[in-house]
Amino acid sequence: MAGIVSITLQNNDEARPVIESIMQDNPSANANYMPGVVKIDCPERLVVKAESVSERIGRDWDPQEIHLTIVSMGGSLDEDDEELVLSWGA
Amino acid sequence: MSIEIKTMNVEPKRQTFAHVARRLGSDAPATRYEEGVYDLQATTHFHYRPIWGPEMWHFDEGRTAIKMEDWYKFKDPRQYYYGTYTIARANMHQTTDRNFAFEEKRNLMSNIDPAWREMLVNYLIPLRHYEWGANMNACSISDAGYGTAITSAAIFTAGDRLGIAQILSRIGIALGDGTGELLDEAKSQWMDAEAWQGTRKMVEDSLVLKDWFEALLAQFLVMDGLVYPLAYNHFDNEGQKHGAAAISILCEFMVDWSAEHNRWVDAVIKVAAKESEENQRLLSEWYRQWRQVAVEALQPLTAQVLGDGAETALAEVSEQLDLRAGKLGLTV
Repeated sequence: MAGIVSITLQNNDEARPVIESIMQDNPSANANYMPGVVKIDCPERLVVKAESVSERIGRDWDPQEIHLTIVSMGGSLDEDDEELVLSWGA
Repeated sequence: MSIEIKTMNVEPKRQTFAHVARRLGSDAPATRYEEGVYDLQATTHFHYRPIWGPEMWHFDEGRTAIKMEDWYKFKDPRQYYYGTYTIARANMHQTTDRNFAFEEKRNLMSNIDPAWREMLVNYLIPLRHYEWGANMNACSISDAGYGTAITSAAIFTAGDRLGIAQILSRIGIALGDGTGELLDEAKSQWMDAEAWQGTRKMVEDSLVLKDWFEALLAQFLVMDGLVYPLAYNHFDNEGQKHGAAAISILCEFMVDWSAEHNRWVDAVIKVAAKESEENQRLLSEWYRQWRQVAVEALQPLTAQVLGDGAETALAEVSEQLDLRAGKLGLTV
């Protein structure tokens, strides 16, 4: 399915605020709950904002921390200190 | 024969405890902080009143004049429960340990002017006794307080204060070439030096406060709100002129800690002041009272360390504190 990017995270206490932030920051995202994991699909572009996650967990969140819970992803990754973006763009 | 592997999704009957679900309004997965704090303290079915204070129950809302409809409004913005708290502090302490090793390896203490070394024994090391007072206050708040949201955060703070006292002691030992001599000297400063007596009296007075919320405001907002910027900013800047860069490195824990701790203090005071006009009035009254005591008490110490610059520094930190208190909804 070209045009759709996706990210799969474990469904645990560490990932929950990340999942919530993704769902809030990407209105067209769609979360599929599977046993133990959550696969989030989103057309074109999906962003994980560090600010949104930090707000939820009450401390600074480093986008690198996503590695503790990530299972898989589909799309090209663009990453800096503030956000992590998945897309199929150049 | 082919084997088909199927996954089966078993929905848990409950996502969280019933009492947490009632608070959240739905049975959504709760964070560990929420599960570790909400409604943990017993509120009813006590058998008899404590013999050490039969006028109240073990957990009694009447131990402070502050009134709250719900004591779990005091959520900790840092969301500390045992796990997150210990991880955060372990990381901070690791950095401090490394700084001590660095200081020792490069022998940075030897760069400090002898006169300023004396000054450090006069102002910095005695602060370990101030921290001990803060530890006692935090323990009493945790003891007398109502609702796990505030009592658990208070007992974490008590641990922090002991840790800070320990760092100060380590600085004293490092300054004294591995002996505890300077700690004894600093103790006699705290007990006898003129410049410290106002502060010592203030700390001791706060220890016997009956109202735990007043103790919280006096210690965490007012006293810490003045002592920390003075000691770790103004005094420290002065020290840098006298070769005391090593001290700034070793006190970094306190600077970071205080910024983080203030987030919690601000959240607590803000919520309490917003709850009702009576609360707001009472908190403002306490604030004005303690602020005046604290500014007067710290004056001689500030003058001793900063000399001519004392007045400006004290005016600046008290103005900052007023500004902060104003933002929290207090009438300053």
